[in-house]
Amino acid sequence: MGEHSSILVVVISLIASITNVFIALVRKSLCYPFFVFILGICFLLSMDILYTVINFGTVKYKLGGWMPPWGIEYVVDHLNAFVIAIVATISFVVAIYAKESIKKEIAKPRLPYFYSTYLLLVAGLIGIVITGDIFNLFVFLEIASLAGYALIAIGEKRSVLASFNYIIMGTIGACFYLLGVGYIYIITGSLNIADLTRLLPPLYESKVTLAALAFFVIGVAIKIALFPLHRWLPDSYTFAPSAVSAFASATVTKVGIYVLIRISYTLFEPRFLTEITPLSTILVWWATIAIFFGSTIALGQIDFKRTLSYILVAEVGYIVLGVSLGNKEGFIGAVLHILNDAVMIACLFMIAGGLFYRIGRRNLTDFTGLKKYMPITMTAFLVTSLSMIGVPPTAGFFSKWYLILGAIRAEQWISASALIFSSLVNAIIFFKLLEKVYFSKKEAIPKYNFRELPLSMLTPIVLMGLAVLVLGIYSGKIISTVIEFTVPKGF
Amino acid sequence: METIVSPKPLLAVLVSLVGALLIAITGERLRNLRETWTILASVTKFGIVASMLPEILNDKVIEYTLFKITSHLILHFKVDALGVFFATTASFLWIITSFYSIGYMRGLKEHAQTRYFAYFAIALSATVGVAFSANMFTAFVFYEIITISTFPLVAHKETKEAKRGARKYLTYLLGTSVAFQLTAIIITYNLTGKLDFSRDGVFETDVSYLTVTITFFLYIAGITKAAIMPLHSWLPAAMVAPTPVSALLHAVAVVKAGVFMVIRVVLYVFGIDLLKSFDLGTILATIASFTIIAASVIALRQDNLKLRLAYSTVSQLSYIVLGVALLTPSAVIGSIIHIVAHAFGKITLFFCAGSIYVSAHKTEVSQLDGIAKKMPWTMAAFTVGALNMIGVPLVGGFVSKWYLLLGALEKGSFEILSVLLLSSLLNAGYFLPIIYRAYFKKSPGHAYEIKENPFMAVTLTITALISIVIGFYPNFIASLAKEVLR
Repeated sequence: MGEHSSILVVVISLIASITNVFIALVRKSLCYPFFVFILGICFLLSMDILYTVINFGTVKYKLGGWMPPWGIEYVVDHLNAFVIAIVATISFVVAIYAKESIKKEIAKPRLPYFYSTYLLLVAGLIGIVITGDIFNLFVFLEIASLAGYALIAIGEKRSVLASFNYIIMGTIGACFYLLGVGYIYIITGSLNIADLTRLLPPLYESKVTLAALAFFVIGVAIKIALFPLHRWLPDSYTFAPSAVSAFASATVTKVGIYVLIRISYTLFEPRFLTEITPLSTILVWWATIAIFFGSTIALGQIDFKRTLSYILVAEVGYIVLGVSLGNKEGFIGAVLHILNDAVMIACLFMIAGGLFYRIGRRNLTDFTGLKKYMPITMTAFLVTSLSMIGVPPTAGFFSKWYLILGAIRAEQWISASALIFSSLVNAIIFFKLLEKVYFSKKEAIPKYNFRELPLSMLTPIVLMGLAVLVLGIYSGKIISTVIEFTVPKGF
Repeated sequence: METIVSPKPLLAVLVSLVGALLIAITGERLRNLRETWTILASVTKFGIVASMLPEILNDKVIEYTLFKITSHLILHFKVDALGVFFATTASFLWIITSFYSIGYMRGLKEHAQTRYFAYFAIALSATVGVAFSANMFTAFVFYEIITISTFPLVAHKETKEAKRGARKYLTYLLGTSVAFQLTAIIITYNLTGKLDFSRDGVFETDVSYLTVTITFFLYIAGITKAAIMPLHSWLPAAMVAPTPVSALLHAVAVVKAGVFMVIRVVLYVFGIDLLKSFDLGTILATIASFTIIAASVIALRQDNLKLRLAYSTVSQLSYIVLGVALLTPSAVIGSIIHIVAHAFGKITLFFCAGSIYVSAHKTEVSQLDGIAKKMPWTMAAFTVGALNMIGVPLVGGFVSKWYLLLGALEKGSFEILSVLLLSSLLNAGYFLPIIYRAYFKKSPGHAYEIKENPFMAVTLTITALISIVIGFYPNFIASLAKEVLR
């Protein structure tokens, strides 16, 4: 089963996204069950892939039986399996959440198209991660991006402009990436990553290779919103429908970082980034600046979703930093943080959505006195906040531990202090909120409907809150079974 | 040294967590049952901790590995003489404070009592966790839990002032521990690959002076709970909390967890030899001496009774830091004894302050004229507590001061000797006027009748008596303290 899961997970979600439109023609009420059912299957398949990879090692699947490097090959090792599992799980959990949440945000006739586009985004993201071919990766990158633009544009009034911004930036990013692919194809005649790993080393001194690398990195940096190329992100995730914010913020940037890791350490050898080009050093500094910047701006926001967006910009910096530090600890921290940050950010965006669902606003001041009205949601919020700050034994502590350890081992003192600075900023932001939640009383405004969320929204939030605790306690297990094997050779 | 594997340390931590859960479930409606949980949890906790004493005195160590999170981040308990010493003090005083709390909270008809008792139990759970930690990671986890669980206690009144105080409290304690302590822990791990507390320290002898110095002072700056100047101002700010919180947490559990961690870092992370060879103890001793004198001078000027006591605490905590910083055997014994001696003395004083507040609604020193006549038990206990702080013979504080003075002589440091003597004079300077006012000045007369609350009068008398018992029979505690150095 494991071998076929890798293709099925993409194909099923891709076909389902089209099928869903036709189902809508027959009966609209069937769309949602179908949508959740498909994502449930994707979730199970992703778990199967992860299981197979852990027990039997790398899985290779040749599309249409064509031999690589001519045909497209899907290669799944520990890193892909890990990221796929994250994408599939978050998409499934947010899908459950989406049912009630989008009712208030999207007009009813549009719902089937929302489900279809959502499935398309899932297919695109999983495709990016699963493929072993750099051009095929571009195709999926565009599928995911287009779905992303559409999903964001159906949000609040200002989301159209935000989405337009995103389209411009995202298209530039994709073009850069495609140029990189073109350059690599010109000098090697191959598009298969495994094949390129073999072909590229003799060409490391070539200017074309360097240009290709530069295009790749800039292209991906736009897609992951690495400061100062982050302009599209805050607006998009602030004005998008809550469910989209939760899903996209948790996965789109993470998948982008996955691409960065693949390019840096699979396509090229680690020594290319440290000895031949100074890319590692550049990325370390770049990410450090992103952390400082993202955290500082996050401090001054009024809108909770916008605060989260800037925190996300900083968190992207964390992961890029860990990846580029060039040691095992930093890399483990980065990969672990891909998981932890996905869970935490998804949970927080879902809480923001919950607040919006009840009172139609989501400013920081709206948290005042919520413990009385939404005790369960606020408990999940408390746990996730502590994890964002990095209080042990929540998940956030452990990835931060490895990241700081990596920074210190690499003697990047400024990066280490950036990580600590960002923890402190998170502490300020979240304790301010917690103080509002737990120690301020709200004067009852009859107009607003302060109540605990409906069960279908509450369950995903609680699930993610619990995950923050469980992942923290089992982070050693996760590292030793999966993440250890993702560390590039030579670290 | 024999090692016994037993889940007792874990149970000691868990019992008050379970207690907190039961308290939260029971709630305000069944308040007598809720208070029963507090008392039960505190008595059971003390029982478990005390049951480990005989084994520790027989030169054994109790260990228990709770969970290996990663290969080096392990939640691991290890009970040694120092840990059990601190845990016994904290858990015993929790029993007494529980009774006192009931009197205080009901006497003032405070709101949110369930929250208060629940978080109190969690804080105590984490305190014992710090005492029994076998490595720096476990200690850090519990250290952070203390900070977070005491935040609702400091902000208890939910007024603007309480929130401001609590915010400052959190900023100092959480901020420094994340910024400095965590960094120091990671640097330690990066250099040595170990986080365990060990008798000779974890550092190799070939580490550079600069690295060790930086790491050492990152630790000291990161353990803000010890209230070493200039990072002390959270403690006066925390005085907005209800008095039992100030009494147990900000005179015993929280601040002692801080100095306890300082002792752990000095003796078990760096080791006496390493610090001696780099002469880092002297710098720490200088900072501690400065804190002792400066805090006492500030205390002289405070009219608010609780603030005066808070600055006195800042000063007294640095005695303990000074003792370990001297790195001589007697000084270390002195500082360990002072953990207990100061605990009983200061808790008595805070109990008295709370008793005066509940019965007579007075918070300022200048309002205390002639109050001894109305509150004889309270003021008698206050006098004992004050004598303890000053270090008068036959009260507990004398014993620790004696050892500290011996330590200063062993070190041959005239400066330290004079710091200790000067601070005793200053202590007398800010405590004796209060006693003078209470006993010899004439009461201005009150419109209402002042009556001592029996819950409170009994508990504060007990702690005062125990301070005297320690002064009369210091051998038991001294032998336990000597066990630490064996």
